[in-house]
Amino acid sequence: MILLDLILILVTGGIASWIAARRSAMVARWITLASLLVNLILGIGIWIAHLGRSQSNPARWFVQCNFNWIPQFGIRIHLAIDGLSLALLLLTYFLGIMAVLSSWREIRERVGFFHFNLLWVLAGITGVFLAMDVFLFYLFWELMLVPMYFLIGIWGHERRIYAATKFFLFTQLSGLLMLIAIIALAILHHQSTGIFTFDYEQLLKTALSPRAARLLMIGFLAAFLVKLPAFPFHTWLPDAHTEAPTAGSVILAGLLLKTGAYGLIRFVLPLFPGPSRELAPILMSIGVAGILYGAVLAVGQTDLKRLVAYTSVSHMGFVLLGVFAGNEIALEGAVVQMISHGISTGALFILAGLLQERMHTREIAAMGGLWETMPALSGAGMVFAMASLGLPGLGDFVGEFLVLLGAYRANVPLTVVASLGLLAATLYGLRVAQNAFQGSNPHHWKLPDMLPREWMVLGLMMVGLLWIGLYPQPILNTVRPSLAAAQQSAFTQEIVRR
Amino acid sequence: MEFSYLWWIPLLPFAGFLINGLVGRKFPRTVVAAIALLFTAVPFGLVLKLASTMFASGGPEQISLAGAPWISVSGFTVNFAFNVDHLTLLMLLIVTGVGFLIHLYATGYMAHEEGYWRFFAYLNLFMFFMLVLVLAANFLLLFVGWEGVGLASYLLIGFYFKKDSAANAGKKAFIVNRIGDFGFLLAMFLIIAQFHTLNFTEVFAQIAAHPEWQGGMMTAIALLLVLGATGKSAQIPLYVWLPDAMEGPTPVSALIHAATMVTAGIYMVARSHVLFAHSPTALSVVAVIGALTAIFAASIGLVQNDIKRVLAYSTVSQLGYMFLACGVAAYTGAIFHLMTHAFFKALLFLAAGSVIHAIGGEQDMRAMGGLRKKIPVTFWTMTVGVIAIAGAPPLAGFFSKDEILYQTFASGHVVLWAIGLVTAGMTSFYMFRLWFKTFFGEFQEPAHDTHHGDDHSHAHGVHESPAIMTIPLAILAVLSIVGGWVGIPKAFGGSMEIEHFLSPVFGEPAAVAATASHPSEFGLAAVSVLVAAIGFIFAYVFYYKKPGTLGALAEKNRGLYNVLANKFYIDEIYNGLIVVPTLMFTRLFLAGFIDKGVVDGTGATLGLTAKGGGYLARKIQSGNIRSYAGWLALGAAVLLIAMTFGLKAFGATH
Repeated sequence: MILLDLILILVTGGIASWIAARRSAMVARWITLASLLVNLILGIGIWIAHLGRSQSNPARWFVQCNFNWIPQFGIRIHLAIDGLSLALLLLTYFLGIMAVLSSWREIRERVGFFHFNLLWVLAGITGVFLAMDVFLFYLFWELMLVPMYFLIGIWGHERRIYAATKFFLFTQLSGLLMLIAIIALAILHHQSTGIFTFDYEQLLKTALSPRAARLLMIGFLAAFLVKLPAFPFHTWLPDAHTEAPTAGSVILAGLLLKTGAYGLIRFVLPLFPGPSRELAPILMSIGVAGILYGAVLAVGQTDLKRLVAYTSVSHMGFVLLGVFAGNEIALEGAVVQMISHGISTGALFILAGLLQERMHTREIAAMGGLWETMPALSGAGMVFAMASLGLPGLGDFVGEFLVLLGAYRANVPLTVVASLGLLAATLYGLRVAQNAFQGSNPHHWKLPDMLPREWMVLGLMMVGLLWIGLYPQPILNTVRPSLAAAQQSAFTQEIVRR
Repeated sequence: MEFSYLWWIPLLPFAGFLINGLVGRKFPRTVVAAIALLFTAVPFGLVLKLASTMFASGGPEQISLAGAPWISVSGFTVNFAFNVDHLTLLMLLIVTGVGFLIHLYATGYMAHEEGYWRFFAYLNLFMFFMLVLVLAANFLLLFVGWEGVGLASYLLIGFYFKKDSAANAGKKAFIVNRIGDFGFLLAMFLIIAQFHTLNFTEVFAQIAAHPEWQGGMMTAIALLLVLGATGKSAQIPLYVWLPDAMEGPTPVSALIHAATMVTAGIYMVARSHVLFAHSPTALSVVAVIGALTAIFAASIGLVQNDIKRVLAYSTVSQLGYMFLACGVAAYTGAIFHLMTHAFFKALLFLAAGSVIHAIGGEQDMRAMGGLRKKIPVTFWTMTVGVIAIAGAPPLAGFFSKDEILYQTFASGHVVLWAIGLVTAGMTSFYMFRLWFKTFFGEFQEPAHDTHHGDDHSHAHGVHESPAIMTIPLAILAVLSIVGGWVGIPKAFGGSMEIEHFLSPVFGEPAAVAATASHPSEFGLAAVSVLVAAIGFIFAYVFYYKKPGTLGALAEKNRGLYNVLANKFYIDEIYNGLIVVPTLMFTRLFLAGFIDKGVVDGTGATLGLTAKGGGYLARKIQSGNIRSYAGWLALGAAVLLIAMTFGLKAFGATH
């Protein structure tokens, strides 16, 4: 039941803060913060409990909860948590708290509805990471969408409507393709076994003809690749990230993109092992294309948030490359990259938010010489820019290094090209560092430096990046069994199930 | 653990960085300086303690210190582990010893600068990464230090970040270094694929155990490592960042861009000598790159007028010598020269800094002259440095440079030897040129124009630097004299202690040395001294006896002079061939055409974004909850349709 509680706490917390905001915006903020803190503590509790008994009990799922919902169609409320889900959930609540704290002052209108949406997005994300019933998974997948749409559309910047709509249409349309694939999968399962079910573990055993498997996989891929986003389906991302309010950008970049990667690992690899292997070279190439394309375009941006948005395209390209490289090292690297990118990019968006709050612009050209007036904030910016360009010792390096190391075994030329992405990363990383913070101060900015609250947010994120950069082992150990299970069918077993 | 104190050698400077970086802004300058000095002095003390243990008879030749695992994935584990052998020990002594002296000097040199705390925080951060680099027991940890010193170098070159030229120089250094790092990274992938580990001892043991592994993979790995080394150690084709790096404060040039960081590439090649021994191709490449860089940079150095730029090109040139030494497998010679160069080049930079300090920030040698009497300590110490680098016996540079030239000759590379010899003449010329121009001739009242160079706008008459700056100069001057005596060759009646000291790392001296006779070594040494003397005489004539004749000569050969003065136009060529086309491609084609036009255009048409957007906009703007309900209904309808449709479609296909 604890898993259901994770979702219910966020759902009720959202309603509560909406109601509470009629009296006091501050109370709404605190309710939101408290719900997320409770969830974070619950998550850590599950982790500790698991660490304590992992030796004695090798079961893959730490906790499950499973009961009937719509028996006619075999739809159940089946939630389960394993290492992969857990790691991503902890990231979700951590970034959620950061998002709330960073919009503490930024959001002044409709505070209640804002926090309602925020918590409901996070509830949807939680559901996505936990659902073991594919239909339920789809519902949560859609649940993420609507509140996110409102977050961008109501509290966003100048072109928010355009961006929100584009985001909605892209994800909605691709989601529908996945829905079709889900239903078809269930039907095929029904035809071969006579049981109508959407249960993940049951569906894993579905016998599929190669053609059907390929078609269905494309349905799933559509949703996940758009969400990831993979080149050339990334076009919604720069707009959505740029126009969203800070909290929205943090959740988008830090978490929503991860649901795409999660879907690839949880569903595409184990459900369609054969086609995954077949399409791997193409998907890896798409990943590499995204790495370079995103990085190169990031260099050319003039809007700070847009620049960071394009770096996400580049970083998520590493994830795609790692997922389909077909070995454990690359896949583990992809997960480390997911978590680390969540923190480093989230931090860069928060930083951009802090700058916009103070300067009312996101144009890099309007900045410059900020070090003089805001040394602490500029120093923090330097750290996150370095993380983003893959400096060893910070999280992103571990992820990218492992992905490349694994990919090297699968495809040498692609790895060489992908490594060039790190070079391009230098260009955009330094562009942020130099054009925003260094140089003279031509616009004579005189701005307040970081407040204690902002210090805490960015400081915690720095600690997180250092932790992943220097001691990634706890994460690797936690996710390893799940990844092995996901990959086993796809890449090590040569038997194609019929 | 007996040697667990080794962890503190890098960690203490890191602590210094954290303290000064986080709260140093609020401290008075003396406290900042004290923290920075303390956190470099203690590691130096620890290194001395370590040295006394290892020097003692029966002391360990190698110390391994394994810490926690860093990354452990299937079939591949990297630990936080240190490894100290005699090569590491020597590097540790140089880095902490010279590093401490330069820290000391900097407390005086930077006394009037803004951002004092920031400077020392960065300097300590550099020490941390450099020490990690030399202590690392595997390639990945070395890479951490390798990239980290690049970061510190970037921050320190751009220390005067308000100046665009400084910020740009920092950026250039970082980017060019990352090009080299790209090679390093790929080399690591190859090494892991081949040996399943990155630990030095295991990798080199495997290579040593298979003498039949020649060329092929070994060459590929070695050449990729060389690419990394050319970036860090400023060799052709990636040397272009180092001269620009002179935008940083002078102590930074001395520490990072002369004595320590730029030698990391040489250290790495020497560290991997077992690998290089299996690839004659890679060795030849290293030797040729080294020799070419040596003469190329020296020729540019002949005509530079900025005192720091002369020293920068000189550094590139001297690093070329070390590369050449590595290329002819004379690793002892390379490390020997690395050490003496650290002494005399740090001395030269610090003395140049003292000159700049004395005359209020001027770096152009044309505005200097006659400073001999005004700043005697600086003059005398710099004289030692100039003689040392020019290669006059018995100063340090003579022995180490001669060792390299001799080994090059003895290994049969006569052409490379000749290049090295000519370079030696040029070195002597441009160094004495600098010496004459700065200290002799007519004294010129310094102009109060500080538009370039360090922000030393506190000129109140020419004055000698304070003791805190001259003491490091004096110590380095002594080291520049005696530093070479550990490598006096047998032909001169010495015993070549450094060869013996490094023999556990590089093996006993090669057979070449045994076959060559003492008279030939003596003769070669005489030739190089002669060449150095010729360089001196030219400088003496042109810049002391008859200043002006050279100007006429340059007038006659305007073309050649311009090519040299403009550094062979390499920056312009790189800019025109690589930078500009890349930018054009990015800005116009990718950003303008593909992303805005093709990708976005298709996407937008596909989604009918514009139309739908307007409609949705009004709905949401109204904040009407009914529209939300409507959306849900619509969604449900779509869902239902999809389900029915999906049922039929897929039911039929199967």
